Amino acid sequence: MIELKGVHFAYNERPVLRDVSFRVEESESVVILGPSGSGKSTILRLILGLECPQQGEVIVDQRDICHLPIKTKREIRKKIGMVFQDGALFDSLNVAENVGYYLLEHTNLALDEIDRRVREILGFTGLNPDEIMDVLPEELSGGMQRRVAIARTLLSTDPQIMLFDEPTTGLDPQATSKVLWLIQKLQAERSISSIVVTHQIADAVTLSRRFIVIVQGEVAFDGSLRELRDCTDVRVQDFLGPFKESFDEVVRQEFMRY
Amino acid sequence: MIGAQFGRPVYFREFQEQLYLVGVGSLYLIILAGAFAGQGFAIAFSQELSDFGAKNYLGRILAIAIFRELGPVLTGLMVAARVSAGITAEIGAMKTSNQINAMIAFGIDPVRKITVPRLWALLIMVPSLTIICDAVAILGGWLIAEVVANVPSSLYWTNVRDRLVFGNLFMGLIKPIAFAMIIAFVSCYKGFASSGGTKGVGRATTESVVLSSILILIANFMLTKIVGNLIRGWT
Repeated sequence: MIELKGVHFAYNERPVLRDVSFRVEESESVVILGPSGSGKSTILRLILGLECPQQGEVIVDQRDICHLPIKTKREIRKKIGMVFQDGALFDSLNVAENVGYYLLEHTNLALDEIDRRVREILGFTGLNPDEIMDVLPEELSGGMQRRVAIARTLLSTDPQIMLFDEPTTGLDPQATSKVLWLIQKLQAERSISSIVVTHQIADAVTLSRRFIVIVQGEVAFDGSLRELRDCTDVRVQDFLGPFKESFDEVVRQEFMRY
Repeated sequence: MIGAQFGRPVYFREFQEQLYLVGVGSLYLIILAGAFAGQGFAIAFSQELSDFGAKNYLGRILAIAIFRELGPVLTGLMVAARVSAGITAEIGAMKTSNQINAMIAFGIDPVRKITVPRLWALLIMVPSLTIICDAVAILGGWLIAEVVANVPSSLYWTNVRDRLVFGNLFMGLIKPIAFAMIIAFVSCYKGFASSGGTKGVGRATTESVVLSSILILIANFMLTKIVGNLIRGWT
């Protein structure tokens, strides 16, 4: 369970989040939407304890992550998988070393066993281990980098929930669909819930039934797709305005599906 | 940063990599710098000493200057220029591209992971490189003594050997250890503290080299003064 209670956060006295409150239950998946610079990614950094709010609480696993000893914080982080924007792969290591990074450095597993697990998890993400194990991240396409990053997170942590920061930004439609397929697969096959930050409406609808819209650091909307469609808040309408046609089309398809 | 130096996990693979990068990577620079600095000192000293008819003491003067001052400072400054820039740029780039945050997200302590192998590699390699620099500089001085100043080889080496005493050797080894710590802490700190994207990393890299170099020169003066008083009886 993750809960933000009355969170205020500022970078160098520039307000980023104002009185943000919401709760994500276990096994629930949520998409956080909003325009660029609205503070969406900051929410993920707060959940992971990389930043602490000036006011309010960030409750993760029933404890305020900002007021925990570093050792407990690390234990909690092991239950959260974070996939950063652009993957944040270690650029001097090849794919196998990236994915097996934690196992290589922090466990006593034999190299054969690490190799087996790396191959297995790369296969799970839809990548061909034989083709990419020895390749450096810079030689991979954007979509492959994101999937390698997801594989690395899965082997480095034991996530009950995964945080995705703009997982499809800058990807072509084919790569986008592969990343979305993988996130859905994690939800379906491993029961890993997710908080996905994005400004792509179509991706949001594919990944979750609950949507939080952040505009200028405030929660402008929190609810279902139907409620989002009918929302009269000016800030939400302004955000959805440019995507109005595609949003209506996506909503129509979603309602036809269910 | 200091607390992170002890305990587990031990990053042995990264430590080996850093040993190679700092030691082998700086070797050619240290050999070249030591050789030319030793020869330059020898020429300057031999001209000055010959005015007083004391040219035969060239080996003695050179040994003291090189073991106590030139070797450690030259090595410290060379390694600071080459290695601290690299460390700061590497850490800064990792920070900019969220690689440091990724480590934190996996429950890894990035300060331990990054600083420990670099500090210990520097603590081993800077004194080792200093010994090499000393040796090359003394050899360079011998070349000048033999070819230019016409000081007999046997006299030169006897004078050098006479100055290989505990006090000079202690001073010559305590300094590189202090310089290694300065380089490691300054370069890692500047890398972790860098901000403002690639421009910020560039700025941090420059600051790292400048600060390391200045601190090395200040530390050299202080160690010469403080340790010099302590070892006066052994020189």
